[in-house]
Amino acid sequence: MAEDKPERKGAAVANIDPALDAVSQRLRRYYDSVKDEAIPDRFLDLLEKLDEADKAHNADDSNERRRT
Amino acid sequence: MSEPGPSDWSFKREMLSALPNLRAFGVSLSGNHDKADDLVQDTIMKAWAKQDSFEPGTNMKAWLFTILRNEFYSQMRKRGREIQDSDGIFTERMSVHPAQYGSLDMRDFQTALARLPFDQREAIILVGATGLSYEEAAEVCGCAIGTIKSRVSRARTQLQTELKISGEADYGPDETSSAVLSRTAAS
Repeated sequence: MAEDKPERKGAAVANIDPALDAVSQRLRRYYDSVKDEAIPDRFLDLLEKLDEADKAHNADDSNERRRT
Repeated sequence: MSEPGPSDWSFKREMLSALPNLRAFGVSLSGNHDKADDLVQDTIMKAWAKQDSFEPGTNMKAWLFTILRNEFYSQMRKRGREIQDSDGIFTERMSVHPAQYGSLDMRDFQTALARLPFDQREAIILVGATGLSYEEAAEVCGCAIGTIKSRVSRARTQLQTELKISGEADYGPDETSSAVLSRTAAS
């Protein structure tokens, strides 16, 4: 549990609300537990598709320009 | 036509690296993995469509949070639900799913978080968990920094009550934050 302690960087300490208390620690544990999950494939696939579509689109554009 | 960015910078790559945070934000906000993943998908598509409006070098995470947050907000409105959720119906619906977590600690926390009014919930998640500054959080929510601060404070108080945490008695601030605490109290 020791590694769950919030980081205490200089800037962060100056900026935190009075004490990063028990609530904040639990909030961060909860948030981090989701953050540490593997990214579902559907999102990786989606990004690939969007990227491919853009590239195809850009290629069409330059072909178009070449023709005219 | 706009010039492509520096060759080592890719919108896709930067989005990829922000995805774990985007998901965690979505789940924390909606209290539900399935709902959150739908929100994340909508956010990815919206962000991609308007990637020209993103300025390289600015905070991609905050930019994506804003899109997801606005999407969630507008979906709630479309369903005719009060954002303040005074009757607790939305909270009930949100609390059905936490069985996805094995830990009782996590389930309790998720339920307590889901009971917070939306504006307080997003404020404490943004400031307390995502690593955004108060200023960035205020920008995501479209409100003043002071408003964010007071929402965070109210959220923390309510969570403490819900979780029956007596604050300093359980974990207690260490000496560093105690010093900050007394300085803050004195100012």
